[in-house]
Amino acid sequence: MRRALLTGNAAAAWGVRLSDADYVPAFPITPQTEIIETLAGWIDSGEFRGCRMVTLESEHSMLTAAGGAAAAGARVFTATSSQGLLYAMEMIYTIAGWRAPFVLVNVSRGVATPITLEPDHNDILAARDSGFLQIHCATCQEVLDTILIAYRLAEDERVRLPVIVNLDGFYLSFTREPVEIPDEDRVRRFLPSCCPGSIRFLASRPLSEAAVVLGGSTYSYFRYETHLALMNALGAYDEVSEAFTREFGRTHDTVEAYRAQDADLVFFMIGSFATKAKDAVDRLREIGKPVGLVRPRMLRPFPEERIRTLLRGKKAVAVIDQNLSMGKGGVLHAELASALYGQPGMPATLASFIGGLGGRDIPPEEFYEIEAVTRRAADEGTTPPTRLLYTKDELRDIRKLQAIAQAGQIKAKEEP
Amino acid sequence: MSDTRFRTVRDLPSTHVLGAGTAMCPGCGGLEVLHEVCDILGPKTIVVNAAGCMTLLAIYPFTPFYGSWLYTSMASAPAGAQGVRDALDILIGKGRISPDENLDVVVLTGDGAAYGMGLSATSSAIERGLDFIYLCYDNEGFGNTGQQYSEATPHAAMTSTSRGPLGFPGHKKDLFSIWAAHRPAYAATVIGSDPLDLARKIEKAKSLKGPRLLLALAPCPTGWGYDPADSVEIGKLAVRTGIWPLREYLDGKIVHTHIPHQRLPVESYLSRQGRFSHLFGPVRNESLIAEIQKGVDAYWEKAG
Repeated sequence: MRRALLTGNAAAAWGVRLSDADYVPAFPITPQTEIIETLAGWIDSGEFRGCRMVTLESEHSMLTAAGGAAAAGARVFTATSSQGLLYAMEMIYTIAGWRAPFVLVNVSRGVATPITLEPDHNDILAARDSGFLQIHCATCQEVLDTILIAYRLAEDERVRLPVIVNLDGFYLSFTREPVEIPDEDRVRRFLPSCCPGSIRFLASRPLSEAAVVLGGSTYSYFRYETHLALMNALGAYDEVSEAFTREFGRTHDTVEAYRAQDADLVFFMIGSFATKAKDAVDRLREIGKPVGLVRPRMLRPFPEERIRTLLRGKKAVAVIDQNLSMGKGGVLHAELASALYGQPGMPATLASFIGGLGGRDIPPEEFYEIEAVTRRAADEGTTPPTRLLYTKDELRDIRKLQAIAQAGQIKAKEEP
Repeated sequence: MSDTRFRTVRDLPSTHVLGAGTAMCPGCGGLEVLHEVCDILGPKTIVVNAAGCMTLLAIYPFTPFYGSWLYTSMASAPAGAQGVRDALDILIGKGRISPDENLDVVVLTGDGAAYGMGLSATSSAIERGLDFIYLCYDNEGFGNTGQQYSEATPHAAMTSTSRGPLGFPGHKKDLFSIWAAHRPAYAATVIGSDPLDLARKIEKAKSLKGPRLLLALAPCPTGWGYDPADSVEIGKLAVRTGIWPLREYLDGKIVHTHIPHQRLPVESYLSRQGRFSHLFGPVRNESLIAEIQKGVDAYWEKAG
């Protein structure tokens, strides 16, 4: 075991190296590229023996190769972001049905239009219903640890599904944090090298994979099978995570609760911005506000029972969505509402806030305002409308930029 | 061809490894080719399939193949082949499976994918030197969805999306030359109605490593409009009129494995198919027939 200052991307690469992955189909995209560059460097220098990397011509092909190799029995890793994930989306859905376990890291980045490099969760949430498991990380340590956990979970015979491990672009991908890099022999105890149960295509044992079905009955059978395998992953996760804690001493539950037990109001959010919420919780606690944070790490399968247990008896939840379902609102808010509605003892007020789109910061003052608005609504027994976080200053700056551009245009017309 | 084990039609395999009773149409020229490919390659194969007519070969829980099958998508079958090939190499290399378990990786695709959506993934697989056979059954349209025109549709053909009096205004893309420009290990055009030429080319492809193309013109009674019993005859006419040249790319050189010295007029091929019936009635379109003839003549003049 050693400690190093690692970016989220480097932590991801370490996770892959320690997992003894056999195969990495790749395609560059910001802010993910550092992961495949790091892996390529280790493969070229001989530090990561026995791993082969191939660069495909697109993410669509990259995911197809990943699925093909995983179905053939190799331990596979791949990574992408944003537009790349969307470009690959046909194969994200398709491969989940192959029931081929592997790990995909998505480094979250907002999706076009407008095109941007900075993070939010609309990319990863587009994969929500695909059949991939989905785990969201908030720290660089978590990124490394979660990749080890993800392989063991993906390959569990009750699950046999690919897993997306998500980290936020820039805020995690390019931020250095102290990370414990576990020794390889301990990792091998937790996650043995791959995985005879995965090998499917052999000359002596031919197999047809992903054949066409005719009729809704056969189709439904396979769709239900995949759904039930995802549901199995909840129980399997707890076992895997316990084994992880035994081996490495760190705990990563499906849902993290921070100062939530005696809180009457909790922030509910995913990803690295949740660490900002933690800081706000500490400051609000200092002035006597009983608040906490509940952060699902696992989004698929959705750990409903655990979330209900953590929220039972609370007055209010402020859901902060770093995504926007156009024409509806926050995705996480809708997910949470469906998990809580009609259940006994659930908070009556679920307030929805949209923030952090395209890397826009959520400063402490906004957390205080979110707390105040939500508490007021709870006291009045109401639910406030969805709030799109944006300040007057930001709007003024945009108007200023537009005015400058327009003035320039007029000037250019006058002096051709 | 002196080193071939296929000297006469009697040398063709007499046992057939691809099962009968599939969902393909009667008289399918693509299936005719696939039968021979399976017979000669043998069961140690994995077919990686792109969306098309032949996706319906493996309908859960049945398959006509002795070997393995993986359906991928329309655009990315060569990438699926890459993943499977690499995984097999890795597993054999690490001793996790025995070399006896190795498989030939065969991409099976129609022209809709091969000439269009799948071309980028194909080009990239050739560039990487992927060790695979790429079998395209080219029935010159999106057959599985009712024969809309594709990038492989020939000039003037009527399809369900080119019903005007002049048929399809575009010209068939030359996929063989696109492959040849990539300098693959091997590329060949084939047709089921010349089983000996086909057998020799499958044999040649099997003996090589790297990217290998078998591009089969696949006469299609359903899409082209003729009696299924005439598929072999239509295929023979495609070759004898010079419309479908039987070619081979090997070691940087392109050779014709069959030169139709006494070429039949294109009319004898076109007039047998419903998709060209508008050229012959109610009024003969002499200029369009002549234009097609001119194109074929020009090809063979250049080919020497």
